[in-house]
Amino acid sequence: MKLSKNFVKDYIDVDVDLKTLAEDMTRVGNEYDSAQKLIDATDLVIGKVIDCVNHPDSDHLHVCKVDVGTEVLNIVCGAPNVRKGLKVIVAKAGAHLPGGIIIKKSNIRGQESNGMLCSIQELGIEHKFLKEEDIDGIHELPEDAPIGGDPIKFMELDDEVIDFELTANRGDLLSILGMAYEIGAIYDKKVKEIDLSHTENGEDINNKFKVDIQTDNCSMFLAKKIENLTIMESPTFIKNRLIASGIRPINNVVDISNYVMLETGQPLHFYDADRLGNMIRVRMAEENEELTTLDGIKRNLSKNDIVIANSQKAIGLAGVMGGLDTEVENTTKNIIIEAAIFDSVKVRITSKKILRSEASNRFEKGLDPNRTYMAIERACNLLEKYANAKIITGIVKYDKTKKDDREIYIKYENINSVLGINIPKEEVLKVFERLGFKYVENGDEVKVIVPRRRLDISIKEDLIEEVGRIYGLDNIEGKLPLIEMRKGSCDNTLREIRNKMVSLGLNETLTYVLINENDVKKYTLDKFDELRLLDPITEERNVLRYSLIPSLVKVYEYNVARNIKDVSIFELGKGFYKKEEYGENLKLCCLMTGDYILDIKNKKKVDFYVIKGIAEEILNYLGYENRYSFINNKEIPKEFHPGQTGIISVNNDDVGIIGRLHPSIFKDDVYVLEINLDKLLEKKVGKMKFKEISKYPRIQKDLAIVAKNEIESSKIEKEIKRTAGKLLVDIVPFDVYYGKGIDKDKRSIAYSLTFETIDRTLTDEEINGMLNKIIEDLENKLDVSVRKE
Amino acid sequence: MKEKLEQIRKITKEKIKDLKSMQELTDLKAKVLGKKGELTEILRGMKDLSAEERPIIGSMVNKVRDEIEDAIKEAQQNIEQALINKKLEEEKIDITLPSVKIKRGSKHPINRVIEEIEDLFVSMGYDVISGPELETDEYCFERLNLPKGHPARDMQDSFYITNEYLLRTQTSSVQARTMMANKNCEPIRMICTGKTYRREDDATHSHQFNQVEGLVIDKKERNVSLADLKGTLEVFVRKLIGENSRLRFRPSYFPFTEPSYEVDVNCFKCGGKGCNLCKETGWIEILGAGIVHPNVLKMNGYDPEKFGGFAFGTGIDRLAMFKYGITDMRYLYTNDIRFLNQFDRKD
Repeated sequence: MKLSKNFVKDYIDVDVDLKTLAEDMTRVGNEYDSAQKLIDATDLVIGKVIDCVNHPDSDHLHVCKVDVGTEVLNIVCGAPNVRKGLKVIVAKAGAHLPGGIIIKKSNIRGQESNGMLCSIQELGIEHKFLKEEDIDGIHELPEDAPIGGDPIKFMELDDEVIDFELTANRGDLLSILGMAYEIGAIYDKKVKEIDLSHTENGEDINNKFKVDIQTDNCSMFLAKKIENLTIMESPTFIKNRLIASGIRPINNVVDISNYVMLETGQPLHFYDADRLGNMIRVRMAEENEELTTLDGIKRNLSKNDIVIANSQKAIGLAGVMGGLDTEVENTTKNIIIEAAIFDSVKVRITSKKILRSEASNRFEKGLDPNRTYMAIERACNLLEKYANAKIITGIVKYDKTKKDDREIYIKYENINSVLGINIPKEEVLKVFERLGFKYVENGDEVKVIVPRRRLDISIKEDLIEEVGRIYGLDNIEGKLPLIEMRKGSCDNTLREIRNKMVSLGLNETLTYVLINENDVKKYTLDKFDELRLLDPITEERNVLRYSLIPSLVKVYEYNVARNIKDVSIFELGKGFYKKEEYGENLKLCCLMTGDYILDIKNKKKVDFYVIKGIAEEILNYLGYENRYSFINNKEIPKEFHPGQTGIISVNNDDVGIIGRLHPSIFKDDVYVLEINLDKLLEKKVGKMKFKEISKYPRIQKDLAIVAKNEIESSKIEKEIKRTAGKLLVDIVPFDVYYGKGIDKDKRSIAYSLTFETIDRTLTDEEINGMLNKIIEDLENKLDVSVRKE
Repeated sequence: MKEKLEQIRKITKEKIKDLKSMQELTDLKAKVLGKKGELTEILRGMKDLSAEERPIIGSMVNKVRDEIEDAIKEAQQNIEQALINKKLEEEKIDITLPSVKIKRGSKHPINRVIEEIEDLFVSMGYDVISGPELETDEYCFERLNLPKGHPARDMQDSFYITNEYLLRTQTSSVQARTMMANKNCEPIRMICTGKTYRREDDATHSHQFNQVEGLVIDKKERNVSLADLKGTLEVFVRKLIGENSRLRFRPSYFPFTEPSYEVDVNCFKCGGKGCNLCKETGWIEILGAGIVHPNVLKMNGYDPEKFGGFAFGTGIDRLAMFKYGITDMRYLYTNDIRFLNQFDRKD
């Protein structure tokens, strides 16, 4: 809402400067975007062109002598309409114009120029507000403009404007009167009366005109007839106030409807009475009913749109836009004024579809029925004055609204306990007076009578807010709540996983949950319905991700495109799906490529075993040691390298995937890991507990096994463990050898075995016996042999 | 014999001075003190001496032997020391050459701020509670006093999946969930942090962002007031932004609180004098807060006559940008490694 200071001064005395007003309004809850002069320019003066000749070296420039009262200036001007005898707006050398322009003395093709003759646009009036004659040339002031005078004052453009960003509940402030009440409350001033006076003539309209309201979505409808209008240009103050408020002046009649809307907050609609007929009907539109609106567009309506109709057809979209057929034109003589209240939700839905306008905005926020009457009368007052109109007696009324004021009871103690301060009773009552609320005192309680205009106030908490904001919130001292002491709780699992991943050298990322539909089923074989947005901003991001891998792949691609080749990243985030129900799972995803250890001498390129190490670190850290395995005989998604990918299984339940992305898709070696944490963490882990340590030395033995390539190391380890039993405390494969001395389809794996027992020193005989048993079992059960040195 | 002894002593001590290696030392030791060594020879020849001479020569031999042994021991130490010195000398490296580069990970700045906020509120006795990001219209709006068709829903244009399910526009949905889960109407002190989504995307709004939401509900007699809210937010802002932070409450409108406030902090760039960051106002809007609306209490199972409290919420992305001086919101979501690497240390 753009507030013209001149406009609001009709109703309230404002004796502070603009910035103070804007800041004081902000303090009571009305934020502003900008506060500035309507014309933000200096050193402008009215001048008269006393001589004007063509520039000798130009085909379009003119060299003018301009009398500005104190002196005669030589000014070069390119406007086609500059001529001798014209009164003009002169920006003298040193003048500041909107947009940071500073006028300087200059020399234009050999001719001295000591200023600029201005157009209206150069003064900062938006193009859409310009009259036709102002578009191409400098502004022509009338003959009576005083030479040497201030052109801004002369044109009555010496206004200031605050552009407020109002909250959704303060529909009352979408009017000059509402603003006046608010300013009055701040500075303790009274709002002045609005002039509604006019004379009524002729036979009562009710005898000739009917309204027929067929829907509950219209709670009020007033119609008033006006005859014998003279359509012409509006008086300057109306035009300028409309411009300051952001509305384009058109002619006196249209302008008055807008002017009254700005004053009272009640949108009006004027119909050409002769084309309308003798009745108005309000109803819901038929499905697919057609209507051509004011802007010439043929609209296809639905049964959710409220329409205004005459006896034959729809003639307007209630609260949103009038129809073309009954539009007020330059030849219009007689009009019907509509002042109505339509359902805010219905107007909102229709306007969202068609057009959001000043009017629809006000309907959406709600209207005060008292103002509906006021608006009609005010329009009569202005039309009589500025359009020589004849006001016909009577108003056709349909009115189902409540107009009585609300009564709210509140205890003083209640106010203070919510605000946490002690405002004396007298101060509380004073606030209500300033707001223009009547009240009746009753002991420790007060009955407040809230005027209808304040639609936002319905419960006592609303009154508490009013007291707080007008009394001044800066008066409230902060303190901490007096509540029972206890320790707060927080599940730190996520954070511990994050810390662990960071300590392993990975960068944490944060990516978007919304991704493209083409990626959502990638990297997984899980069966689920993707979740698609009904109304995405862009088709690039139209579904919710299921896996985090597509997001991390995008991060990898982004960085590689910038020549950053070592990417080791992880993210903790949710994946979404519909299986039977809608659901979401917390996932840990990790992507690695390039070098893991970075210095030149000790480089370690990421391979499967690096990312497997990351996976094991996390699983061991979370307490799943010895409970997981990496399985590679299952079907895997096609985006993975079939020979370097495994399913992560904990207690025989699949919780994730680990592996290399398919080399035909990614030219670098890219490894990823994803674990469904919800699934993993539901597997219980025992408390961390001390185990007795042996006092006796451990014995270490190496064993080299030659096995066919398809026999997995984990199988051999498992067999060794089974035979060795409790004595074996650790087994680590430390070397894998292919080549000389070994059959082509085989390899040799060397294991380091550590034996230990809690109660005695192990003897060589015992261990050698054990080794022989292990070898025997291995050779019997698996197709392997033990390599002799 | 005396002369011979003296000669051995003299010559041996000369030789010891010239010893260069352990081998020479061992050889010399054998030559003098060994089984066939010079001193051993003399001792062996003592049997030919008279009974009077024997003890005299004997003690002389012992004396010379002790002297030589000491000298050899000393020489041995010197040689060993020289060897160690030589080895150390050879092992000298250029310690200015680069180290083994162990990768140092980093925590995303938004999560750093989230952890900081959680720690602060846990220390004040709040529970950290999480909730679904794929939320129902009921919890995201209706239970927060935002019925269908409410104009304030426009403030939060949403990503719907169906007519019922949407990505939560605010962490406030967790307020409703926490109250509903609390069947016995116990007092509540909670915060919730996490991702939120709105249907807008421009230079200053990301369609995905993060919020923290706080809710305190207690029995009416405990009087949880606006002053308590102010005090709590002062602690929050001073910890997160700076000890000199001051707050300004501006009345505002949120359907789930009444009264509602927008909370400004004095501009941390100019201190409140006015600059381009605060648009010359000296204040920066940072939080939304208010006293829980009686309808919200009622709709979630708390009697507004018996319970009251406050709620607040803020965007974490902007806080993180302020805290670390991040100049463009887009950096937070592009995950450039050069950006992420900057958040790799204790702060």
